[in-house]
Amino acid sequence: MAYSEHATDSHDAGHGHDHPPSGIWRWLTTTNHKDIGTLYLVFSCIMFFVGGSFAMLIRAELFKPGLQFLDPALFNTMTTMHALVMIFGAVMPAFVGLANWMIPMQVGAPDMALPRMNNFSFWILPFAFTLLLATYFVPGGALAGGWTLYPPLSLQTGDALPMAIFAVHLMGASSIMGAINVIVTILNMRAPGMTLLRMPLFVWTWLITAYLLIAVMPVLAGAFTMLLTDHFFGTSFFNAAGGGDPVMFQHIFWFFGHPEVYILILPAFGIVSEIIPSFSGKPLFGYSAMVYATASIAFLSFIVWAHHMFTVGMPLSSELFFMLSTMLIAIPTGVKVFNWTVTMWRGSITYDPPMLWALAFLFLFSIGGFSGLMLAIAPADFQYQDTYFVVAHFHYVLVPGAIFAIMGGVYYWLPKWTGHMYNIALAKWHFWLSAIFVNVLFFPQHFLGLAGMPRRIPDYAVQFTDWNMVSSIGGFGFGLSQLLFPYLIWQCVRGGAKATAKVWDNPRGLEWELPSPAPYHSWAEAPSLAVIDHGAPSH
Amino acid sequence: MTHRTRPFAALTALVSLALAAPAAHAEWTLNMTPGISAMSRRIYSLHMLMFWWCVGIAVVVFGVMIYSMVRFRKSTGAVADTTHLHSTRLEIVWTLIPVLILISMAVPAARTLIETDNVNGSKLTIRITGYQWKWGYEYLESGVTVLSSLDRASDHARQLGSGIDPTTVPHYLLNVDHPLVVPAGVKVRLLITAQDVIHAWWVPALAIKKDAIPGFVNETWFDIDADKVGIYRGQCAELCGRDHGFMPIVLDVRSPQDFEQWLKDQQTSVKVASNSAP
Repeated sequence: MAYSEHATDSHDAGHGHDHPPSGIWRWLTTTNHKDIGTLYLVFSCIMFFVGGSFAMLIRAELFKPGLQFLDPALFNTMTTMHALVMIFGAVMPAFVGLANWMIPMQVGAPDMALPRMNNFSFWILPFAFTLLLATYFVPGGALAGGWTLYPPLSLQTGDALPMAIFAVHLMGASSIMGAINVIVTILNMRAPGMTLLRMPLFVWTWLITAYLLIAVMPVLAGAFTMLLTDHFFGTSFFNAAGGGDPVMFQHIFWFFGHPEVYILILPAFGIVSEIIPSFSGKPLFGYSAMVYATASIAFLSFIVWAHHMFTVGMPLSSELFFMLSTMLIAIPTGVKVFNWTVTMWRGSITYDPPMLWALAFLFLFSIGGFSGLMLAIAPADFQYQDTYFVVAHFHYVLVPGAIFAIMGGVYYWLPKWTGHMYNIALAKWHFWLSAIFVNVLFFPQHFLGLAGMPRRIPDYAVQFTDWNMVSSIGGFGFGLSQLLFPYLIWQCVRGGAKATAKVWDNPRGLEWELPSPAPYHSWAEAPSLAVIDHGAPSH
Repeated sequence: MTHRTRPFAALTALVSLALAAPAAHAEWTLNMTPGISAMSRRIYSLHMLMFWWCVGIAVVVFGVMIYSMVRFRKSTGAVADTTHLHSTRLEIVWTLIPVLILISMAVPAARTLIETDNVNGSKLTIRITGYQWKWGYEYLESGVTVLSSLDRASDHARQLGSGIDPTTVPHYLLNVDHPLVVPAGVKVRLLITAQDVIHAWWVPALAIKKDAIPGFVNETWFDIDADKVGIYRGQCAELCGRDHGFMPIVLDVRSPQDFEQWLKDQQTSVKVASNSAP
């Protein structure tokens, strides 16, 4: 407890800065990492429900064959916007929010390195998404060519195209600023003695993710800008009739897109690597292997992009290269799964809500990994490509993968943020309903894809009815269960049993050395090496 | 003891019911079709090989996870062993084993892939053109062309608020006015392109899916078993705009003799049509 007192002292020392303006001005002008983290998380939660309502409409339309209530063009906007909102609005901001809250606390820093830029990078987002969602009200309707915006189809979009592209540029700028902030904070503001290989895994995975963001967001911006000039300024980058190449867009897009997939999952690996040791009563097994595996995955992510394009008609040599390089990803990913499993081996496991989410992640992300390995096999991919099998695959890695890890992270750190314990029974209800319904929702989609149902269709042949109904029922169940989440958080913010500094039986990491709720400025004075190494004594 | 086995028996019953279900209702399809050509069967067996590897790995890995979760519960008094936090030998083992498994997958996959690329020896070439939202087929040797759109019955039923029950429409959304007629037992080369946006020509029974890209001509081939005469269906697989879901593909596989006859009939009807034109 000595350390907590220490933290409280420094908290008092920084007294002068502890009274931010109240009300709306606090949130608009804040440069505090916790406030900005909260803003990101709240924004992400709102976008999760916006993107989720698109998904509910999609599942309602697909409940049975025949067009129910959505025009096919409107249906196409739903799939497009669902993806853009969930990727750029829900998952990425959630990770940035967690990074904002946790990285300074975990590396022993008082705040993020670039607090004003931090404010700017958040406040861009509401404008970007207002612009994106406003495309529903412009002539020609919202974006309907899929989130991948493949030309020439995307060039048939009306006024939504420049608006959506500008919105994506804004999101890219926000992500790049967020990434710069994370890198500068991690590299410059670690407590003395916290060497790189002493950093918590969440910090490590975020450091690598931040580099990926800086590497690929400009590539996406470039591809979309070329679309813009093709549409408005008479260039022919992607127009075959003008000497351009529509497939080149796909190459550029997926050169961004594949690292983007890991941007959406590496921080989730980090969160799970924090939770599993804490609830197994053991440090993470094979820490350095985990770091190197993360780095290998990041490296491989740059040389596998064309596995999204096995059916575009690449030369045989390219198909072989991308098939084999993609299969290689199974190795570092396997190392991660094995390390998490062995961390539990001879542990002393408790099943609090964060651990439940992490365990569901472990099983269900692995299922997504298996289907990913199947998809890597180019000849078999000729059958899987653009079917519901792919939809099932990427939803398994993104929903019970990325989103379950985010949920686990929130349930892990929420008492530290609010100073209150949340309603454990309700959190377990939320978990079990989500874990069951997510499988009812996505598992049958494997069958649909194998049976021959293409993705992105508003209506289907009658033989696909039964599994679609099952999937829709799972979808509604999953969607409704998520309403428990904001309610539970609201309850926890408002009050509840006082949380101790440690919160859990035996959590690991510097954040648990601070009192709960954590002081407004995390570590005004850097923690000592002893705290870094033995801060969380294992009794 | 009996009350312990009962849930297990119930589970077994449920699983066998689920497995029996596809037989009872063709709708509850679980798996990919093996298709109608040597290549499609080869791809199917590749798919099954991958599937069983995944099942095998899952049984082992999930088995260890579940065992740890049950065996090392704190509530049963498990004490954490914090001494073994790293094992180079273990790490080498669980890196090498996946490498070997991947090699065993990569070899047949690469062989199959190389074979899909071999269009040599084809007897017939068909050019396929994707349009928003129909398919055009042209038999290059004979000049016969076919334009293939969604059939009228499906097109009426699929309109918003049509009031027509899709289950009453034969082959709802998978039927066309003019199918693609092809011979069985003959190696056919396909040249695939598009007029407006990118489409993808997909017939699961052939295990062929190839993008149709404006300005590009993609090449692939099939060789249907001589005894697989019949009708096979597929769909456009690349989002191509509003009616992407409504441009099916129907393959009418005939014996070589019937096919030649059909082709001759088409040529004469084209001639008659052009002669009767003013």
